[in-house]
Parts: sequence; structure tokens; C-alpha cells
Amino acid sequence: MKKAFSLFALFVLVVFVPGCKGRNEAVGQEPLTKISGPPAYGDALIDGSIGEPTILIPMLSGDAASQDVAGLIFNGLVKYDTDLSIIGDLAESWDVSKDGLVITFHLKKGVRWTDGVEFTADDVMFGFETIINKKTPTAYNEDFLQVKQAEVLDKYTFRVTYGKPFAPALASWGNLVVLPKHLLEGKDLTKSEFGRDPIGMGPYKLTNWVPGQELILDSNHDYFEGRPYIDRFVYRVIPDRATMFLELQTGGVDMMDLTPIQYTKQTESAYFRNNFQKFRYPQFVYTYMGFNLKHPFFKDRRVRQAIAYAIDKSEIIDVVLFGLGSPATGPYVPDTWPYNPNVKKYPYNPEKARQLLKEAGWKDTDGDGILDKDGRPFRFTILTNMGNTLRMNTATIIQWKLARIGIKVDIKVLEWSTFVNEFIDKRRFEAVILGWQISPDPDQFDIWDSKKTKEKEFNFVSYSNPEVDALLEKGRRTYNIEERKKAYFRIQEILAEDLPYIFLYVPDATPIVHARFKGIKPSPIGITYNLPKWYVPKQLQRHHLEP
Amino acid sequence: MLAYLFKRLLEIIPTLFGITLISFFIIHLAPGKPTDIFTELNPKITPEARERLEKLYHLDKPVIVQYGLWLKKIARFDFGESFSSDHRPVIEKIWDSRKPLIERRLFVTFMINLLSMVVILLVALPLGIFSATHQNSLWDKIATTTVFIGFAMPTFWLALLLMILFGVELHWLPISQLKSMGYASLPFWGKVWDLTKHLLLPIFVSAFTGLAADSRFMRSSMLEVVRQDFVTVARAKGLPERLVIYRHAFRNALLPIITLAGLSVGGLVGGSVIFENIFGIPGMGQLFYMSVMTRDYPTVMGILTIGAFLTLFGNLLADLGYMFADPRIRAK
Repeated sequence: MKKAFSLFALFVLVVFVPGCKGRNEAVGQEPLTKISGPPAYGDALIDGSIGEPTILIPMLSGDAASQDVAGLIFNGLVKYDTDLSIIGDLAESWDVSKDGLVITFHLKKGVRWTDGVEFTADDVMFGFETIINKKTPTAYNEDFLQVKQAEVLDKYTFRVTYGKPFAPALASWGNLVVLPKHLLEGKDLTKSEFGRDPIGMGPYKLTNWVPGQELILDSNHDYFEGRPYIDRFVYRVIPDRATMFLELQTGGVDMMDLTPIQYTKQTESAYFRNNFQKFRYPQFVYTYMGFNLKHPFFKDRRVRQAIAYAIDKSEIIDVVLFGLGSPATGPYVPDTWPYNPNVKKYPYNPEKARQLLKEAGWKDTDGDGILDKDGRPFRFTILTNMGNTLRMNTATIIQWKLARIGIKVDIKVLEWSTFVNEFIDKRRFEAVILGWQISPDPDQFDIWDSKKTKEKEFNFVSYSNPEVDALLEKGRRTYNIEERKKAYFRIQEILAEDLPYIFLYVPDATPIVHARFKGIKPSPIGITYNLPKWYVPKQLQRHHLEP
Repeated sequence: MLAYLFKRLLEIIPTLFGITLISFFIIHLAPGKPTDIFTELNPKITPEARERLEKLYHLDKPVIVQYGLWLKKIARFDFGESFSSDHRPVIEKIWDSRKPLIERRLFVTFMINLLSMVVILLVALPLGIFSATHQNSLWDKIATTTVFIGFAMPTFWLALLLMILFGVELHWLPISQLKSMGYASLPFWGKVWDLTKHLLLPIFVSAFTGLAADSRFMRSSMLEVVRQDFVTVARAKGLPERLVIYRHAFRNALLPIITLAGLSVGGLVGGSVIFENIFGIPGMGQLFYMSVMTRDYPTVMGILTIGAFLTLFGNLLADLGYMFADPRIRAK
């Protein structure tokens, strides 16, 4: 028996050890990143995702995975350019009337749905009628309810009239509202198969959807901007990030989002440098610490400013995000047109913080190390939601920093629904750490307007500044980008002075793509916006598909 | 015998009703609503839109009314439509009859659990008997240590280590999911081979980590039986040891194993969340987890009801198994 065991051990050694060259095989060859070639058709791109899409109709889907895939199948009338200005997509051009109330879209001619039927203004009208229909379970109809009248002037002209000029509305004519009328007319959208087997006119069309595993999309040779180079796009669902990272190393995945550790530590070897390309750009979200402005502590602007001086944003970014982020100074993404870089900043300065607190009447009279005023110690609770380690770590660092200037902070972590329903909506909080998605349109009326403070509305910190109210109104009522810019620049200056929030950081997106894919041009809106133009040179193609 | 079976079947009805009642209220007591997922941190979604969605799902009605509505459907074996944005019938999510067998969630989980249960029984029973007959020997100790290592080892950790060894370093086995990219174009045996390669690691991991219970039960029950008089008698009349153990002692020692197996029938359709996530297996565990996180009540309730039904059915099977294995019970 013992002999058998040692024989087995020997067998393991003989078979396994020489086999252990594995992923180092490529070493010695020319790095893939250095090889280039002319654009060629062919190959497949496998995108790894932790979530599975639910439905591929843009107006009905609520999750990022659905929107990722639907974005390849459907185009809109307009889209965002890399600098966030709006450019035509299915619309060749559009005119806005002088009073800003009427937008007339002139559609491109000869665009076909993938079933061969021509795309016309009737399809836009159909999509619009569907999204404003009360029976459609969409969460995105608000912008469209502002439309007073919509009409089809001819096959290629579509006109909408608004009650008031409404700048964010232009961007809403993206891919939410384009649906093939000839396939869906008279059908119940939620009951039809369309959401799992859609017909679009985008660069890719859905070929097969294996639930829980993958969605296979093939390129649309008839795409109106030209046939995409990569023949197949596979959206692979792998819920576990560690597994996905292993798949990346074996070729099971070509593209994925890296975690901060994976980006800074695990992908720094020669193998990764030669075979992959990493990207880094700010995400359209920011994390902030918001104050309940009705609370006696935080009514005083000097107190809020003192807290801002006592927090070192770059330290938070280094520790929490491994340096993969940038300090936020306002509610916009750095390097986009609404972003104002010249606002009041609060460099780390505990001395100044102490001084401001003193001016506001906070002193440590009883010598216990905690500031007090009128017999009340400066002690408050930061609430944040469970499951977001970044926010919890941020809270811990702030707690430690504020202790140094004599403010005692408690941290309470709550399950998301409880947090929102019981604490945010009922205004039962002193300070919170939360994040906002930043919509590419700079209109933030719902967050900052003094009227938006009712239960469930988004100005839950009860911020109120008449000048900001006026500027918000002005910004959403003009289509002139220069005028809008002026308004939003001023708003950022005021917010930086008033500090209803302490804007903490904008985390970076950190995708990685296999190096055989060429033609990727990083931009503020990410890398996938020009996916149809990516290609793999002939000699590097890995997957060969049967025609 | 038939009367007994009939009685047992009738008992299932109130039990099932009780299970649905409790699970329905527990899941509705959890804070949050299916509409929360839409409204998370997106200023584009207004409170009005949210209210409208809640009305659409009947979430504005009292819980007891919602339970009534649900029960009315269940009585007709209609599990309703999912609250997630695809609005598909729940039953289609679990068992989509238009897709090939291997793409249906219930089948995937059932197949993997059944295979690993078979592997566990094939390994655990001989191992348990061996440990019992060689009690306190070195081999018994090795076997015991091994099954306990398996029992104590975190599934996800073992799975990741094996993936790194067999997938990344050796390139022998695929890392996750059930099929390769070109699966559809493979001939029949190619498909079988592809599936086998994908299933090796998951089944090994789930079998290795699940060995302990069955093998330990087998060992202790065997130890008890071999000390009884009838075994001594069998030995005294000169039967070879092999026959004593496998013909006489084994059957008697099987009873606790039957209970255990009966109880795990319900578990056959409930996949493990961690396990399915690590291997990217589209099974019931994944579906259940996603549904709970998005408060997709109809799907959660559908899965719970099916699971409860199968557990009860498994218990029934175990009882029948007793009758088959033990003449004393049959006589009663």
C-alpha cells in the first residue's frame, strides 16, 4: 500500500512538474502590444461581465449589463461625442427653433433594421408613444412627458414641441425611444419576445442568448456606419471576479473591469504588459459626504468648511482606491465641458479647521478632547450603506481625521433599503457618505433645487440657495452650450463655497483588453464608444468563425 | 401500505401551505421593494415614476392581499411573472422548455447535484465501511482526516486553487461555465467530452467537500451494527468476513444513510450560491440569489415552493426506502 502511494507521488511529479510552464509560454516572443497590422475583418471579442442582462429593450431595462448589450443593438437619434457634446447618430442633423421650444430631427436615409425594413420617422414616433404610455413599465419617461406635441412630417423628419425650452431633453433622444414599429405595433411590449430576441439597427445583432452564460452577437454587415471589423461579440456572464480574472489569463475572456488590486498589483508582470492593454479614466460617479443642513451643527457654513479642511482627500484616494481616482471638487467629472477646475479647494489643513471651528464657537471647555458648545459635545454619526467597502473605509478614515481636530464621529452601516427608506427619506441622519451617478447632461435640478426637498426627492440634505435655483433654471432652459457652461461653472463655485456636500472622489474605471485588439481610443466617455472600429490584424486573429 | 402512503400524501398539503405562508411573509418583511433597484442613485428616475411602477406590481396593496393574489395563481400552478425588468414567467426562468435541456437552470443544478451525490455515495460508503472495519488503524485515521479536511475547506478557496492549477498553469481543464465557445458546432461525442471537462472540477469540489457527512455516518452506523449479536452469529457459523459485512451488516447499517439521502432530495434543486458563482454555472442558486437581491418576489416564491415540495417529496421517498430496506417497518 505504502509503495503504491509513493509510486503515485512519483507519477504526479513526473506528469505535473514539466507541464508547469503554462502562461509563461509567450515570453521570448515579440510582445503583442508591439505587433500592428492593417484593419481586418474577423475574430471575436469576449467581454466578461459579473451581471447578466435582463431585457434588451433600452426603455425597460434598469441595469448596466442590459444597457451595455442593448447599446450595441440599438442606436438613437443623437449620441454623446467623446467630449460630451451631442452629435447626430440616426439623425443627420436637427434644428432648434429660436424660442427653443421646437426640435426638428432630420433622419439619415437608407438605414435598415436588421430584418431589412427601412428605419423611418414612424419608428421614432412609435417608440415615443410607447414610452409615454402609462402601461409601459419604464422608469425613464420623465423627459418625454415634457413633450407637448410630437409629429411625423415625412418619412425622414420628426418634430417635437416642448411647453418650455428644456435642454436635457435633446440628449434624451438617444436609443431609449427607437423601436421597430413594423414588428411591435399592437403588441404588449412586456409580453412579447422582443426583449430577449430583439431586432435593431446597431453594429451588432443578437444571435443567441444562453441564460446565465453568454449572449452572442454577430456583426451587422449592413450597419449604416460600415461593417464592424470584429465579427462576433460575446458577452460572457461570470459572477465571480476572481474566476473572471483567471479566465482572462486563459483566453476565456478578452476584456473585463479590473479591481484596484488587480490593476495595481496583479497585472504588473511582464506577461500582462506584453499581452494586455490597460486603460484608466474617471467613471461617471462621485462619492461625497453630505450634511443634514437642518441639523444645528451643520447649519453654520464655517463648520462644514472646517470639516473639509480636516479631511485629506488624496489620502482617502490612496488608501481606499489604491490611488485609482481623482479628488472631486464638484458634481461633475474632471475634463468634461461642465467641469470647472477653478473653484475653492480645501487642502488638508487641520490648523485652519480648528480656527474655523473656534470662530463658530466650538471649544474644548471641559478638556476631554472633544469640542463643545453650549454644553453639547461635537459628536455625530456618519451613515453609509452596507456592501460598499469603499464607503465604509472612507468613513473610517474621516472618523480618524476628525478625531484629531476634536470631533467625535460614530459610523453606522445599514442595509441599502433600510438606509434609504428609514433614514434618508425621513431625514433621520446627521451626515451620510453616498455616491451619485453623474448623468452626461449637466442638469442637476433634482439634486440642488430648494423645492426638491420632499420625502423621496433627491435634495435630502435640504440645500437652499436662491442663486443656485436661478442658475439651475437658466441652465436647463437654453440650448446654447456657452451659456449653459457659464451657469454650471458658477454653480460649482457656489457649491464649493457653501459645501452642502464635501465632494470626496471620482473613482477611475480600469478596464483591461487583450493586446491583439487595435484601434482603441480612450476618451472621457470610456473606450467602448468606438467598438465597431476596433480590429484584430489578420495574423493575430484567434477565433475563426464559420461563415 | 397504500393507506399509509395516502395519509402521507394528504399531510403534504397543509405543510406546503404553511411553508408558503411563512416564506411569503418573511420575504416581504425584508426591507426594500423590487422598485428600489431602479431608483438606486439615479436622479433621472423620479418619485412619480417609482410610484407608478409600484402600482403596476400591486406593491401598493397590503401584504395579505398580495399573498391572496399569489395563492390564487399558485392553486392553478401558475407561478406568475417575474418582477425583474424582463417580466418573463417565473416557470420559464426555471425551466425554459424552448431551450435545450442543458440551458435550463433546474436541469443544470439537478444534474450537477445528482452527479456529485452519486460520486459522494460511491466514495463515502466504501470509505465508511473501510474505516469501520479497520477501526483506529492508520488508514482509518488518514481517511477520517481527509474527509474532515474536505469538510473544513472553504469551497471557493479550493475551487480557485484547482482552477489555477488545472486551468491557468496546466491548461488541462476549462475554468468556468458549462460549455466552450464552439460547443454548438461539435459532434455529439465532442459535446459530451466538452461537458465532461467542464463538469470535472465542479463535481470534484462539491463531492470532496461533501464527503464527510455520509462517510462518517456510514462508519458509525457500521460500527454499531458489527457489535450486534446477529453479526456474531454470522461469524460464528463460519461465513467469510466479506459476506458478513456486505450482506448482513451493510443492509442494517444503511438506514441512517437513507434518511440522509431522503433529506438531500430537496437540496438537489437548490444550488449553492457561492459554488455556482465561482464556477459561473447558470443554476438555481444564482437565480435565487439574484432574485432575493432584487426583491423579485414571484421568482423567490416560485423557487421556494418548488424546493419545499421536493423536500417533502424526498422525505416521502425516504420513508418508502425504509420500508424497502427494513422488514420491521413493513410489518407495522
